Amino acid sequence: MSITTTTDVAAIEGPARLGLFRSRDFPWVPVLIILTIALVAVFADFLAPHNPEVGSLSARFKPPFWLAGGSMTYPLGTDQLGRDMLSRLIYGARVSMVVGFTAVIFAGVVGTTLGIISGYLGGWVDQIIMRITDAWLALPALTFAIFLAAIVGPSEMNIVIILALVYWTRYARIVRGEVLSLKEREFVRLAVVAGCSKWTIMRKHILPNVVNSAIVLASLMLGVVIVAEASLSFLGVGVPPPKPAWGLMLSDGKQGLMVGYWWLTVLPGLCIMLMVLSTNLLGDWLRVKLDPQLRQL
Amino acid sequence: MRQFVLKRFGYSLLSLFLLSVTIFFFVRITGDPATLLTEPGASEADIAAIHHRFGLDRPLVVQYVLFIASLLRGDLGQSFYYQTPVMELYWSRLPNSLLLAAVAMTFSLIIGIPSGIIAAVRVGSVWDSLGKVFGLLGLSLPSFFIGMLMILFFSVYLGWLPSSGSGTALHVIMPAFALGWYFAAAHMRMTRSSMLEVLGSEYIKLARLKGLPQSLVIAKHAFKNALIPVLTLAGINLVLMINVAVIVETVFAWPGIGRLLYEGISFRDFPVVQGIVILGGTMIIGVNLLVDIVYAVIDPRIRLEA
Repeated sequence: MSITTTTDVAAIEGPARLGLFRSRDFPWVPVLIILTIALVAVFADFLAPHNPEVGSLSARFKPPFWLAGGSMTYPLGTDQLGRDMLSRLIYGARVSMVVGFTAVIFAGVVGTTLGIISGYLGGWVDQIIMRITDAWLALPALTFAIFLAAIVGPSEMNIVIILALVYWTRYARIVRGEVLSLKEREFVRLAVVAGCSKWTIMRKHILPNVVNSAIVLASLMLGVVIVAEASLSFLGVGVPPPKPAWGLMLSDGKQGLMVGYWWLTVLPGLCIMLMVLSTNLLGDWLRVKLDPQLRQL
Repeated sequence: MRQFVLKRFGYSLLSLFLLSVTIFFFVRITGDPATLLTEPGASEADIAAIHHRFGLDRPLVVQYVLFIASLLRGDLGQSFYYQTPVMELYWSRLPNSLLLAAVAMTFSLIIGIPSGIIAAVRVGSVWDSLGKVFGLLGLSLPSFFIGMLMILFFSVYLGWLPSSGSGTALHVIMPAFALGWYFAAAHMRMTRSSMLEVLGSEYIKLARLKGLPQSLVIAKHAFKNALIPVLTLAGINLVLMINVAVIVETVFAWPGIGRLLYEGISFRDFPVVQGIVILGGTMIIGVNLLVDIVYAVIDPRIRLEA
């Protein structure tokens, strides 16, 4: 099922983290794409030729420069309000990156913490946390996110919180499983004998050993979360207009679709696709490299 | 066995309970539901009347019990926009969603199963790599993007298919494909890994030793057994398709439950949104329970483990 079966041997041969970047199958293309998008997001203020939120109504629906009627003033054309597509795509990268990364990190921190507590303490604490996790996992994530977003109203911060709320369970489940086997290991027992408190053991001995899994899962979740953000924005409950988010741009582009203004939908769609494809490829590779146990995920 | 079923049933009830509690409290901590229940700009008297009518002036616990009691009676409230019970609206849209899901499922199986088998039989070949690319694209291309690309090609440029609405067989093709796309990739991956597992088993080796030709081994012995997990996944996915089609239905203006949800969001028609989420969650919890029980019946190891 993974696309990286050819690398399995390499993963077994060497210590995982050493030479991660020197490895022959390092996914250069996806990493370069993610880095480019990240740099574009950081330097959006310098890169964007126009204000992404203000357009001129006299310049509506201008095509990209290589088509008849296009010009270099608006290299990738303009939208239904005469806003520059290129600038909106550039600032859209920032929205996707910020929302994607913060949501994944929020979810990761909550999920990992609860997973460690649940696995290490066991007993009724474990029961409660795991039952909540199960219940949460049983819900259709996107529908639930839409519901929450529809109630609290659109804003970037709300989206981050909602996505974190919806997706933390995956971390909790996997981290707990790892903790269950870790706590039987010698070094943890020695720490108990040495008189470490439960809190210290969880923080100093368990946490460093589950971080790998959490990172792998985070890289795989990033794509899911970015699509979820785009979907929410597309439905009008995500990032509020006029802020440029790729999902929102696609949704706006519907207006021009039937008359053939393809750049309004194809360009933001391609951006989402590139971003998600790259994070998936990177995540798959990391999974094999960092954590052979997760290969069957 | 009975203990296992009871335990699973208990978990499902717990899931439903948590679902209802979450929905109930989220509506109340994020603001006065009366503002959701009235048109913007309603007078104070109207809001007070709503408060009294829905019992919002009573203690939270009482409110929750009343909320559950009406749910159990199948009463999901009244839609503001359509002025009809939510349940009625739901039933009127359900057939469309079922149709869309059925066609999408057919697409996803027709694409997913053969490509999965080819990828498994020819492991490491070009076909396998193509299958992996397809599996990755299925995960990475959001359904709304596929949908819009299809509208652009098949409706705008070629003029072959209607871009939105419903009514004829032609209308269902594009939304079903856009919805089935992701699931086709999922079914492909499942078929591939399941086939690989079966092909490595002893009885397949025996069938080969017996001298059966490759095609017969695959068609008669491997395929049938490899299909079981795929069909289980397909069963769960069918229920998911009914409930996650909101984006595809919005793109193609397909009058199903997803579109109803979208309308509910845009018109701030709160009871509709709440009702659809509750019914969808219940459906999915139900099918998960069913799968757990069926698996436990088939495979005693599962019920002993739990």
